Amino acid sequence: MEKEVQELKETMVSDTEIVLETDNLTKRFGGLVAVNRFDLKVTKGKISSIIGPNGAGKTTVFNVITGIYQPDDGQYFFKGEKISGLKTHQILSKGIARTFQNIRLFQNMTCLENVMSGQHARSQSGLWPSIFRLPSQIKEEQKIQEIAERRLEQVGLIAYKHELAKNIAYGNQRMLEIARALASNPYLLILDEPSSGLNDKESEDLMNFLDEIIKEDLTILLIEHDMNVVMGISDWVTVMDEGKKIAEGKPEEVYSDPIVIEAYLGKEEEEEI
Amino acid sequence: MNTNNKTGQSTGIKIKNNWFAIVVSLLFLLFPLVIKNNYFIDVAFFFGIYTLLGLSLNIVLGEVGLFDLGHMGFAAIGAYTTAILNTSFGIPIFVLLPISAIAAAIFAYLVTSPIIHLRGDYLCIVTIGMGEIVRLTLINNPFGITGGPNGVFGIDFPSIGNLLIIDNSVKFYYFIWVAVGLTVLALIHLQDSRIGRAWNCIREDIIAAEASGIDVRYYKLLAFVLGAALAGVAGSIYASKLMIVSPESFSFMESCMLFCIVLIGGMGSIPGILIGAAAISLFPEIFQTFAQYRMLIFGAALVLMMMFRPGGVWPRQRGKIQTESILVKTGKSEI
Repeated sequence: MEKEVQELKETMVSDTEIVLETDNLTKRFGGLVAVNRFDLKVTKGKISSIIGPNGAGKTTVFNVITGIYQPDDGQYFFKGEKISGLKTHQILSKGIARTFQNIRLFQNMTCLENVMSGQHARSQSGLWPSIFRLPSQIKEEQKIQEIAERRLEQVGLIAYKHELAKNIAYGNQRMLEIARALASNPYLLILDEPSSGLNDKESEDLMNFLDEIIKEDLTILLIEHDMNVVMGISDWVTVMDEGKKIAEGKPEEVYSDPIVIEAYLGKEEEEEI
Repeated sequence: MNTNNKTGQSTGIKIKNNWFAIVVSLLFLLFPLVIKNNYFIDVAFFFGIYTLLGLSLNIVLGEVGLFDLGHMGFAAIGAYTTAILNTSFGIPIFVLLPISAIAAAIFAYLVTSPIIHLRGDYLCIVTIGMGEIVRLTLINNPFGITGGPNGVFGIDFPSIGNLLIIDNSVKFYYFIWVAVGLTVLALIHLQDSRIGRAWNCIREDIIAAEASGIDVRYYKLLAFVLGAALAGVAGSIYASKLMIVSPESFSFMESCMLFCIVLIGGMGSIPGILIGAAAISLFPEIFQTFAQYRMLIFGAALVLMMMFRPGGVWPRQRGKIQTESILVKTGKSEI
């Protein structure tokens, strides 16, 4: 009995500490092992990063975690609860929201509608309340709009709320995608190469923004292949190469790790060939 | 409705939109009073049937972007449900209207659940097959209930006792257009709800929709079921008007026509569907004198339209109706 209580306490402690954990995660595409026995721990309230050269399998890890791919082996846990095998939309309702490397917005919908759509899992008006526009549905719509507007204000796009998503600038589209993910009120925000395609000023703004939103009971996991970008803001860095974890630690430790340097320089050699 | 009417700007646009709707509704209301010719009223009735069918396909094709080229199959299920139950058991048409809708919806659910994950042209081909199978089944007269190629005839007029009997062209005209009006109201409400947004998200980007927490499978099925139910209603009204249903009314060509209605009008645009349905149903009447050339003209018109207005004649205008910021209204804005 005492032992059980002890175990329970331990899991409760680890629940509050570790938000996301992958165990032995493996994903194969035909003969290619994209992700090979990958272990990852994401700590609550911190910004964790996965870095690695192009083709290291970082995005595949994200796609497995968010249910877009099913893993060939291994499990993953969110707040101590096993979430492997769940569908993408179920994983979002658990509290993991994500963005995509090549921005995936609802192009022909307005910015406001994009962010409102992000709250789909946090609202429940069904078919009949919507058709008859019952008071409960009107009230919920107003709440959805209010949250969406607040998120747009937060990312500085409130002026564009009635513009179609495809018509705003590239940097703004990235922020809009983040606003849409934030609108679902996530516990863990996963960003896939958020600074790709942004200029130095924009990516600096983005990093400052992440530093700011991390304060609101949020945990961030991000992918970057550009080491310099993440070093400044990450609390914990995991380095991937060829599907495997080759190093992890505080940014400064990783930065000077010879294995990491080799992985990056090695990639440049391959490119020359 | 009243939530949007609190500021000057949004009220202005709302009223302008409402004026348009009021004028159009009045035109439809007064039409049979001005035009006394039954032929034209019948043409307007079929315009209404095509509008209802167009609206039903618009849910599937326009809102969710699912290529459905067998939509007439659902209308056939509705029409035959009405025809068979009315002629065999004498159940009144008004009772059969919801029953036909439910029958078509159940059929759509059973048939589309296994194929709902298919994308684009794959789904298109399966739905063509589905529509054709429905038609061929009706021709083959299963259990002797569908009457084979001759169909089922002798369907009653819709009536509520002796209070209301819909037995002439003018009454049928009002019957169909009241149905269209109610449908339009419901669909406008749906467009502007989380369900409508979820449908549009799936059309825009299915992976992003899934990642935004939308159960793609559920909402695709919902669109099919709802679209089929509406098509079933249209089929039921059609059956009671013609008093006969036969398989040839639900051919592949008719499904293509519905597809054209949505493409001509503009995907997901309700006023567009009205225009598309007008083009499809009124065009053959206007060009009756050049009967031989009318498909030629029609084809050329479609090609030209796809070249110059690929989004349809009246695409849905997003962001034009600008609702007031709730943040500003409640004083919560930080600006």
